[in-house]
Amino acid sequence: MSVHSEIEAQQHEAHESPEEFKKHLRSYYVVFVALLCLTAITVGVAELKLERPVAITVALIIASIKAGLVASVFMHLLSEKKVIIAVLALTVAFFALVMILPSVTVYEHHRVITGMGP
Amino acid sequence: MSDTVIPYMVKPHPVTGIPNGKFAIWLFLASEVMLFGALFSSYVLIRTGAPHWPPEGGLSSEILDVPKATFNTAVLITSSITMVLAWASCKMKNLPKFKMWMAITIALSFVFLVVKYFEYAHKFELGHTPAHDNFYAIYFTMTGLHGVHIIGGIIVNFYLLTFGSKLWKTDPEHFTNRVENAGLYWHFVDLVWIFLFPSLYLL
Amino acid sequence: MSVDTHAHTNGNGHAHDHGDRGHGGHELPFWKKYIFSVDHKVIGIQYTVTALVFLLFGFCLMMLMRWQLAYPGQPAPALIAKLIGENAMPGGVMAPEFYNQLGAMHGTIMVFLGVVPLAVGGFGNFVMPLQIGAPDMAFPRLNLASYWIFLPGCILMMCGFFVQGGAAQSGWTSYPPLSDIATTGQTVWLLAMVLIITSSLLGSINFIVTIVQMRAKGLTFWRLPFFVHAQLVTSFLLLLAFPPLEAASVLQLMDRVAGTSFFLPSGLVISGEQLKVAGGGSPLLWQHLFWFLAHPEVYVLILPALGIVTEVMANNTRKPIWGYRLLVYSVIFLGFMSFVVWAHHMFMTGMGTTMSTFFQTTTMIISIPSVVIVTCLIMSLYGGNIRFTTPMLFATAFLPMFAIGGLTGLPLGLTASDIYLHDTFYVIGHFHYVVAPGTLFALFAGVYYWYPKATGRQMNPTLGKLHFWCSFVAINFVFMPMFFQGMAGLSRRLYDPTVYMHGRGVQPLNVVISMGAWALGASQIFFIINFFMSLKTGEKVLENPWNATTLEWAAPSPPGHGNFLTEPVVYREPYEYSVPGHATDYSPQFVAEGN
Repeated sequence: MSVHSEIEAQQHEAHESPEEFKKHLRSYYVVFVALLCLTAITVGVAELKLERPVAITVALIIASIKAGLVASVFMHLLSEKKVIIAVLALTVAFFALVMILPSVTVYEHHRVITGMGP
Repeated sequence: MSDTVIPYMVKPHPVTGIPNGKFAIWLFLASEVMLFGALFSSYVLIRTGAPHWPPEGGLSSEILDVPKATFNTAVLITSSITMVLAWASCKMKNLPKFKMWMAITIALSFVFLVVKYFEYAHKFELGHTPAHDNFYAIYFTMTGLHGVHIIGGIIVNFYLLTFGSKLWKTDPEHFTNRVENAGLYWHFVDLVWIFLFPSLYLL
Repeated sequence: MSVDTHAHTNGNGHAHDHGDRGHGGHELPFWKKYIFSVDHKVIGIQYTVTALVFLLFGFCLMMLMRWQLAYPGQPAPALIAKLIGENAMPGGVMAPEFYNQLGAMHGTIMVFLGVVPLAVGGFGNFVMPLQIGAPDMAFPRLNLASYWIFLPGCILMMCGFFVQGGAAQSGWTSYPPLSDIATTGQTVWLLAMVLIITSSLLGSINFIVTIVQMRAKGLTFWRLPFFVHAQLVTSFLLLLAFPPLEAASVLQLMDRVAGTSFFLPSGLVISGEQLKVAGGGSPLLWQHLFWFLAHPEVYVLILPALGIVTEVMANNTRKPIWGYRLLVYSVIFLGFMSFVVWAHHMFMTGMGTTMSTFFQTTTMIISIPSVVIVTCLIMSLYGGNIRFTTPMLFATAFLPMFAIGGLTGLPLGLTASDIYLHDTFYVIGHFHYVVAPGTLFALFAGVYYWYPKATGRQMNPTLGKLHFWCSFVAINFVFMPMFFQGMAGLSRRLYDPTVYMHGRGVQPLNVVISMGAWALGASQIFFIINFFMSLKTGEKVLENPWNATTLEWAAPSPPGHGNFLTEPVVYREPYEYSVPGHATDYSPQFVAEGN
């Protein structure tokens, strides 16, 4: 019985009336404009020809904000179910491993062989 | 083909709160994160190991076509919102509007590919093939793989716009779920480009 | 299979009109039923048969190699030499290039075309949905697609033997720069790998969704059979570890086809000539990406095997598994840790001390859950009323074999001893103990255990026991001497092991090993005969011939399309054997209290 009422509750949640749903549309437009602005900013910053480390940091921060907006609003991660969040958390952990460990290991390898940085 | 009834194809599972398809597409995206993660990792490793980047000297932004890529970024972002609007139209029980937004999404993806084609063609004219140096190797491999994903998205979206939309008559909720899943994939492709654009063109 | 088929294969009391779970009453045409079937059981059997064929083929490659190793430079028996042809064996003597092809293809076939498809594609597909009480996989057509991407991948892999220069010959690890400059066979290898990886990815998505979403009523996480837990963790490993290899394969394809230099360093000189490429790449990059997959892959090989052994042991000791939850926690921890140990395959690349310390530490940590699992299984034997059926013999033998394989791995995980043992026959001995008498024995146990479910007939126990004892003795003659050869310093990749002085002392052992390998090959004849003969003459069984407790035994043998006649409901934990006060020594998950 409880299972059934739970399903119904979820269906109710999924079946918001079209009027209620229109409220979401606003947030999509806001994110859209924000994404365009951030694209303009990142290109603009590149024109300044900052020092490489600074430029990389700034560009990656902007890209992360954009990606965060797409993921949380367009892909609805903000209101997503626990099981999906859990899978993604696991993925992020392994993503970090594959991003960091090879470079760190090879960097140290170069340092050992040349006696200095690569 | 099969008359076995698979549970939770359309309705969400009572415990996890999602139908099978949505779970599957997220798992697929998780594997895609690892695929592109490995490529980005390779990029970092090769780039940090190079004495100069790009190896031929100069700046990435001078070698690659930033205006075209910026335009393409805007195109992809726009296609992302039209994709959301296509899904929202399904949610609001408006099939004609869905068809309109979906058609625009597909048109924008073609615009992206055409611009990409001109970019590639120009590079090849200059003799800047993938074999030229590792900068171009990375550039062509990563944007090429991304382009393959765009083509995949076009195929799925085209199916949903045409043959697939017959499902709307019999099971609108199932169809809406499919559009949502296609949308999740499409946003992911956009998301990859959001990282590709600055790391290849601007830095 | 239709309702009519199992109407005469089992004479149980179930009324067939209960089959309201979508039993197809109509006959499907042959090609839909057995070839392009969406039924998880048919697909499971397709994977099983394909994988068994490739295991045999891969083993044949090895038996050929053993000739060259035992009698270097001597012509092989005329019949074999004729069969292989003058190109590969001029004058009956194996060409070095052919020897390298055999080595590379043996590894690739056994891992990617044999053991994984059997453990995951075969048993996972056939048993897992039954064990969770599902009518099929969550995505039957995706399942069909997985197999039909896998099979072309296998066929493409075989095509390698027929291209210019022969099949891939850079080892199953395909290390560049060697693999980058190898003959066309390597390109074929890469393309085939892309297909096989894609198939695995689709399969793993299907498995995870099925296990999470489609369990029967009452089947909570802690009531799942251990085999299902093992499959779930395995699927996550496949899902997250395979994509980096796919990326690496794409990069190597670019290197070979488009002339890039992802893995080619600057100034590479080959045969006295500088290679004309842009350079600037890193061969180590490939090793990182490859082992990022291939270490978790080791656990993809072993976890389903552990699952099978656990099922068989619980059933044949007639008592609950000791430390069931401990097993589950261990297997999850094992899965997680398997992503953080990969560079212990790369200690010899000149890694710095900080990173090698890191990877040594994680390697030592990962041995803890493995030991916990083996301990739990040994504890499960204690005080059991053991039935030594054929599957149980294989499952029991798994324990010491896996333990030898695991423990001999420890010296390889520590840099000090690894520097000496790296790339010697010791390594071969180590991982073969884990995979051959370990995983493969567990898989044989699985075949004998679930054969009645798949076919409705038992396999012949006498032939089964002959198969077991002959294999068990022979396989130890194959792998035990390798430890001694390795400790004598014999390299694993030598075409002729007697070229170096230190190899000559242990050369007689090579003859012993080769004899063992051929004896092992001969022992498999019992299995092949048994496998086919039992289809016709095996003793007919009802749905639960082993008096087992898990859900797959609630379905008819063989189960029809849609699996269960009535929707299964689960009432208890998976291994309730010998419950005090109960009339029988087993209390199935699917039988309500008082029945």
